[in-house]
Amino acid sequence: MGFFKKIWNWIDDRSGISETIMPLAKHLVPPASKWSYVFGSATLFCFILQVATGIGLSLLYQPSSQNAYHSLEYITNQAFLGNVLRGIHYFGASGMILFVGIHMIRVYITASYKFPREMNWISGVILLFLTIAMGFTGQLLRWDANGVWSSVVAAEQLSRVPIIGTYIADVLLGGQAIGEHTLNRFFSYHVFIIPAMMFILVGFHLFLVFRNGISEPPKPGRLVDPKTYRKWYQHLLAKKGVPFWPNAAWRDALFGAVVVICIVGLAIFFGAPKLTQPPDPSIITTTPSPDWYMIPIFALFALMPPKIESYIIVIGPLVTIFALLALPFLSNSGERSPLRRPWAVFGTFLVLIFVFSLLYIGLKAPWSPKFDTKPIYKQIKTNNPDMEKGMVLFYKKGCQYCHQIKGHGGMKGPDLTLIGRTWDKNQLKVQIINGNKNMPAYGSILTKDELNQLVNYLAALR
Amino acid sequence: MKQEKEISESRRNFLMKFSLGLGGIAALLAGIPILGALFQPLIKKGEQKWRVVGKLTDFAKGETQLIKFRNAEEDAWAGVSAKSAGWLRHKENGEFECFSANCTHLGCPVRWEKDAELFMCPCHGGVYYKDGTVAAGPPPKSLTQYSVRVNKGNVEVKTAPIPLTKITA
Repeated sequence: MGFFKKIWNWIDDRSGISETIMPLAKHLVPPASKWSYVFGSATLFCFILQVATGIGLSLLYQPSSQNAYHSLEYITNQAFLGNVLRGIHYFGASGMILFVGIHMIRVYITASYKFPREMNWISGVILLFLTIAMGFTGQLLRWDANGVWSSVVAAEQLSRVPIIGTYIADVLLGGQAIGEHTLNRFFSYHVFIIPAMMFILVGFHLFLVFRNGISEPPKPGRLVDPKTYRKWYQHLLAKKGVPFWPNAAWRDALFGAVVVICIVGLAIFFGAPKLTQPPDPSIITTTPSPDWYMIPIFALFALMPPKIESYIIVIGPLVTIFALLALPFLSNSGERSPLRRPWAVFGTFLVLIFVFSLLYIGLKAPWSPKFDTKPIYKQIKTNNPDMEKGMVLFYKKGCQYCHQIKGHGGMKGPDLTLIGRTWDKNQLKVQIINGNKNMPAYGSILTKDELNQLVNYLAALR
Repeated sequence: MKQEKEISESRRNFLMKFSLGLGGIAALLAGIPILGALFQPLIKKGEQKWRVVGKLTDFAKGETQLIKFRNAEEDAWAGVSAKSAGWLRHKENGEFECFSANCTHLGCPVRWEKDAELFMCPCHGGVYYKDGTVAAGPPPKSLTQYSVRVNKGNVEVKTAPIPLTKITA
């Protein structure tokens, strides 16, 4: 026996590595657990990547309200491969959110949450929300203008909680206003508190994967019966099971490696998200917008009827969490195949369409005034001085921030390119003077002459 | 010497409660200061302060101007994060009004559009009139106001917490 082999044998004997790990690695899994099973492990690989790159970033980051932004500039522009490191952490976060979503959808449409894996689902749901919390607190740690305003928006949401809302918001921000404690708090949430919970829950989640076994691919008509399932599953493993390592695990390893390589590739190619303005809440010419995975929620806030919005902000998340946690208690037996559970598949489609529609419209943000629109009177030339005056007013009075004419302007209100065809001067006047729910009343803002000039211009658009 | 298993049921009970109880007390003692750190913002609330934002003559009648001041936190390590903005309006009758820059919808910074005489929010399209009342969009209430006073020829604004909107607003 070689010298090194001897050393290894000694270490292995005294530490029990093989004795503990090998049975786990070699444990039997159902046959045919193929490519649809790689998303959970891909999430785990992303998580490990996030921990590792997060540690790397923590070596360069200054967690204080005063210095965080400067250290971000340092990491991005000066540190060796700092921009790539930031990029990996950013795309790793995106990957983790993506795969946690796909993993959850896979588990849901194949009903893997049914007996005896209810606790796998429950711990997974908590991990989903912790992952989102990590995404939110992480983008905020850039501590640029977006970071500052993200923390304010979060505090505003929490303040909607009845009675204790203001207190929760103050605890979140570390005070009644943005200040010296705010960034440290979010650093602590993002680097210590939430990761600690995640380590525990990821460990528990994996332990449950071993304890309850990987769910076998569903077959239409093969029902889950809690009375007999465990025995049947053990029998299946004994008869047809294959060792996890390497028969099944090679797919996880391959997919995980491709995911990590892609993330690094994206980081090299695109780099980290650009920093916005410094974290100075008195800089008001900023347009706060969260990272893409928060956009659907951000969009929802713009689209909800204002009357019920405050209630939805509080009740919505509670109902969502409750419904997800309740799922395995509502149905823990019976059919697992998506072919026999069309409503589950249909429901998943609806949720996906909902989320992606919100993401799509959120990226366009048609509800936001388009402050950077180019003045229409500089885009379209006219020889008619009356029209010219109307155009100037159309821009200066803010109309153009929300209305388009010939492709110039915002999208909040209707396009007015051809408004003169359908609206007469009187209708236009009434609308401009009185406004409505989504448009300010300009009655006290415009002089009579200005109103006439504006109306003459709009009525001529045909 | 007695065998371990022979200890009486009541003694086992006592040892169990003793261990858990003592462990609990130890955890509690160590935990209180930790919770103290977590809830620090509720325990130690700073006082709000008056800040000079300019001379009386800096603000023309009928104009709305951006003012910047440091919020109630004094420590240098807050950096620029401790700055606040407000919109100071010198009304025609010589009185002042100072609006918080935070939209009442979700707190984003509203900007004053001078020609349009409107405050507009970039986030979700909230719009307010020059007196701070809602003109359009999702905001549930008027812009919050800071206290303003004129002191020895200076205009002073009193710092305030970030205006948080309640569910009933």
